Amino acid sequence: MRKQFDRYPALHGVSLDIRSGELIALLGPSGSGKTTLLRLIAGLEWPTTGSIFFGGDDASGMDVQERNVGFVFQSYALFKHMTVADNIGFGLRVRPRSSRPPTAEIRRRASALLDLVQLSGLENRFPAQLSGGQRQRVALARALAIEPRVLLLDEPFGALDAKVRRELRQWLRELHDKTGHTTVFVTHDQEEALELADRVVVMSQGRIEQVGTPDEIYDRPNSPFVFSFIGEASELPVTVANGRVSIDGQAIDLGAAGAADGPARLLMRPNGIDVVDERPGTIAGDVVAVRRSGGWRRVELLIGAGRHRVEVELPIDGAQALSERLHILPRHWQLYPSEAS
Amino acid sequence: MSTAYSWTWKRPSVIPGFGVTFGFALTYLSLIVLIPLAALIVRSTSLGWAEFWHLAFDPRTLAALRVSFVTALIAAVINSVFGLVLAWVLVRYRFPGKRLIDSMIDLPFALPTAVAGIALSTLYAPNAWVGGLLAPYDIKIAYTPVGIVVALIFIGLPFAVRTVEPVLADLDKELEEAAATLGARRLQTVLRVVLPQLVPAILTGFALALARGIGEYGSVVFIAGNIPFVSEIAPLLIVIRLEEFNYGAATAVAALMLMISFAMLLTINLIQAWSRRRFGHAV
Amino acid sequence: MQSEGRHHTVAPATSESTPMRGTLIAIALIFFALFLLLPLVLVFTEALRAGLPGFIKAINEPDALAAIRLTLLVAAISVPANMVFGIAAAWAIAKYEFKGKSFVITLIDLPFSVSPVIAGLVYVLLFGAQGYFGGWLSNHNIEIIFALPGIVLATMFVTFPFVARELIPLMQEQGTGDEEAALSLGASGFKTFLYVTLPNVKWALLYGVLLCNARAMGEFGAVAVVSGKIRGFTNTMPLHVEILYNEYAFTAAFAVASLLAMLALLTLAVKALLEWRYGDQSAAGSGRH
Repeated sequence: MRKQFDRYPALHGVSLDIRSGELIALLGPSGSGKTTLLRLIAGLEWPTTGSIFFGGDDASGMDVQERNVGFVFQSYALFKHMTVADNIGFGLRVRPRSSRPPTAEIRRRASALLDLVQLSGLENRFPAQLSGGQRQRVALARALAIEPRVLLLDEPFGALDAKVRRELRQWLRELHDKTGHTTVFVTHDQEEALELADRVVVMSQGRIEQVGTPDEIYDRPNSPFVFSFIGEASELPVTVANGRVSIDGQAIDLGAAGAADGPARLLMRPNGIDVVDERPGTIAGDVVAVRRSGGWRRVELLIGAGRHRVEVELPIDGAQALSERLHILPRHWQLYPSEAS
Repeated sequence: MSTAYSWTWKRPSVIPGFGVTFGFALTYLSLIVLIPLAALIVRSTSLGWAEFWHLAFDPRTLAALRVSFVTALIAAVINSVFGLVLAWVLVRYRFPGKRLIDSMIDLPFALPTAVAGIALSTLYAPNAWVGGLLAPYDIKIAYTPVGIVVALIFIGLPFAVRTVEPVLADLDKELEEAAATLGARRLQTVLRVVLPQLVPAILTGFALALARGIGEYGSVVFIAGNIPFVSEIAPLLIVIRLEEFNYGAATAVAALMLMISFAMLLTINLIQAWSRRRFGHAV
Repeated sequence: MQSEGRHHTVAPATSESTPMRGTLIAIALIFFALFLLLPLVLVFTEALRAGLPGFIKAINEPDALAAIRLTLLVAAISVPANMVFGIAAAWAIAKYEFKGKSFVITLIDLPFSVSPVIAGLVYVLLFGAQGYFGGWLSNHNIEIIFALPGIVLATMFVTFPFVARELIPLMQEQGTGDEEAALSLGASGFKTFLYVTLPNVKWALLYGVLLCNARAMGEFGAVAVVSGKIRGFTNTMPLHVEILYNEYAFTAAFAVASLLAMLALLTLAVKALLEWRYGDQSAAGSGRH
C-alpha cells in the first residue's frame, strides 16, 4: 500500500496484517507515517495504490461511514454542544431508520458504556465540564458504541499529564482484555508501546521498520534505527572478520558467528554493558563524565581513536572504583552491517 | 481571575496611563454619544405619558415601525441563509476569484449608503438590468417593500458573513471526521455537528444585521418609494417629522427605535454569554 | 491533499460531493453578483454614461467641488478625533483589568446599533433652534445645526467606534507582556506605547482609520438631518448625490457617487493587501462595523 500527499510520499510499500482481537501499537517519530496509516485504515484518507481488507472484505472502496471503525482522536473531538450521553449515542442516532435502535435503547447503551469506562452518572454533563482523562474515556465510549470492527486510537494519551497517562494506560489494557476489540493505537512513546501492546509496529519515514512483540522489538531490533528508537543506545564502529569483532584493530570478546565480514555498527544499551577488569578482548575507554541519574550512576566514556561516546549505567553502590579509565564489555548488543557510504 | 491581594474596581498594574486614557475615552464617549442620547430620552419623557403614547402609537408611526422591522427581519433571515453559504464557500472551497470576493464582502461597510441606495434602485428599477428581467413577470422590486428588503440585504450581508467565517474556519476538522467514523452521512454531520456550533455566530450575525436594518436610512430611501403605510420606514418618518418641525413626534419615534436598539444589543450580549458558557468562547 | 486514487467513488469524509460543492459555489456567486457586484459595476457604468468628458464636467462644477471640499474637511476633523479616542479607549480597555469592562465595550459599540437618523436628531435636540442650548447659541450667534459643527458632530457619532473596534480585540490578544518588558528596561510609558505597542497594532490602526474615513466621507442619514442641505455650503458629497439624483441628473449623481465608491474600493484594497501581507493577525476585521 502506498500513500502520497501531493508529491510528498507519506507511506511507501507498507503491508501490515493485524490479527483479530489484537492490541497493536504503531510506534514511530513524528512524520513517520503512523497517523497516516491509522487514517487510511479508518477511511479518512485513501491509499494512492493498494488495498485495505477487513477480514475477507475489501474495504478499499468503502466510505468511512461504512467501515464501522471506532476512531479516538488525539484531541478527542467530542461534540461540545452535546451531553456526554448524546455524544456516546451519536453513532446509533445517525443510523438509517431501519437499523436505528429506539431512543430508550440508545440511552441505555450509553449508560452501560459509561459504566464500562467508569464514568457512571455523568450522562448529562457537557464535555467542557469534564477533565482531560474523563474526556478521553468518553471519546472511547463513543467509539465503542457503534460496536466497531476495529478500534483506532491516535496518540490516546498524548494530551494528558504523566500520572493520568499511566493510570489510563493500565486501564486501557484491562478494558481491551475485557472487551476483546481489535485495537490499533498510534504513539511516539516507546515505553507506552512496549508496555501496552501485544505487537509493536515500528515505523520510520513512511516505512515499516519492524513488526514484533515487545520482547522481540526490544531484544532483537532488526535495524540500528529500531535499536536506538526503542531505548537509549550507544554505537561503535567495528570490523567483522571471520566471526570476530574488532575495534581499531583490537579484538573484542564477542561471538559474531554468521555476521558478514566487513565494517559494522555495534549497538548496545547503557544498562546492557558490564564494567570488567582489564584484559584482552575488552573495550577500554576514558571516563569524561559521571552523573547521577535516579537510582543509577551514568558514566560517559570516550572510546578508541575516534573518541566515540558510550554511556554505561552502573549501580550507585557498585564496588568499582571509578578510575579514569574503564574496561567494558557489552552484555546485550546487536551488530549491523555498515551501509555502504 | 484570582489574585493574592484584593482589588475593588481595577486591578493594580505597572503599566502607566490608565487614568489619562480611560478618563479621556470616557469623557469623549459621554460628550459625543451618551449625553446626546440621554438628551433624547429626557426629551421624550418630558413629553408626558399621554402625549408620548399618542405620538408613538399613531397609526402612521406604527406602520412605519412595522415596515422597518418586518423588512429588516426578512432581510436578516435571507442574509443568515446566504451569508452562511457564502462563508462556507469562502472558508472551505477553492475557486477562482475567491480572494476577490472575500475582500469585496466588506463593501457595504465601506460604500456610502446613499451610493448603495441610488445604485440598487437603478439596478432593480423596472427599466434596468435586473428589474428589467423581472418586469415581464410583473415582479416589481424598486419602489415597493421588496426594494427595502433588497437594500437591507446589501447593508446586512457583511454581518452575516463575517461573524460566521472565523468560527467556521476555526472549527476542528476532527469533529467532522469523528462524526463520519461514527457512521454519520455528510448531511447528518453538517446538520448535527457543524451547524449547532455555528448557531451562536449565525444568531449574532442575524441580530447585528437586524439591528442595523431597522435603523438603516440612506440606502433605503432611494429604493423604497416611501409610500406612507406601505413602504415608509421609521427613520424616514423621523426626518419627515423634523422637516415639519414636529420635534415631539420625531422624538417619540426615535425613542421607540432606541428602545428596540437596546433590546437588540441586550439580545446580542445574551447570545455571546450563552456561547461562552456552552462553547467556551464568544463569537 | 490529494484525494484521487483507484477508488474514486468513495465519498470524502469532511467535504461535500462535487455536484453539491458546485451548487453551493454557484449560489454564493449569484447572490454575490446580485447584491454586491452589480450595484458596484452600475455606479461606474452610469458615471461614465456620458463618457469621460461628461464625468469630468459633472465633477468639475462649483457645487460638486464645494461638496468635495466640505466632505474632506469633515473627515479631516472627525477621523483624527476618533483615532485618538480609539487608541486611548483600546489602551485603557486592553491593557488593564477593571470591573464593568464589557459594559464599556457595549457603550462604545452603541453607535453601530443606533439609526444614523437618530444620531442626527440628538444633536438637533441639543443644539437646534428648539433644542436645549438653541436659545443660548442663537443669542451668541453660534451656529451648530445646519452648519459645519453639526455635520462634524453627527459624523463623529456615527464613525465613533471604528478605530476602537479594530484595536481592542487585537490589543487584548497581545496582552501586556511586551509593555511590561519595555517598562522593566526603563522605557517611559509614552515611549513604551510609541516603540512597542504602536508597531504591534499599526496595521489594524491603519485599517480602522481607513474604514472610519470611508464612513465619515460617506455618512448620509445623520448628516442629512443636521446639514440643512444648503447647496455649496452644507452639502457633503453623499447629500449632493441625493440632490442630483432627485433632480434626475443621474449621470452627475453617479459621477460624484463613483468618487465615493472608489474611496470604498481603495479602503477594501488596502485591507486585502494588509491581510495578504501580514496574515490574519494584522488587519483582520472583527466583523462588527
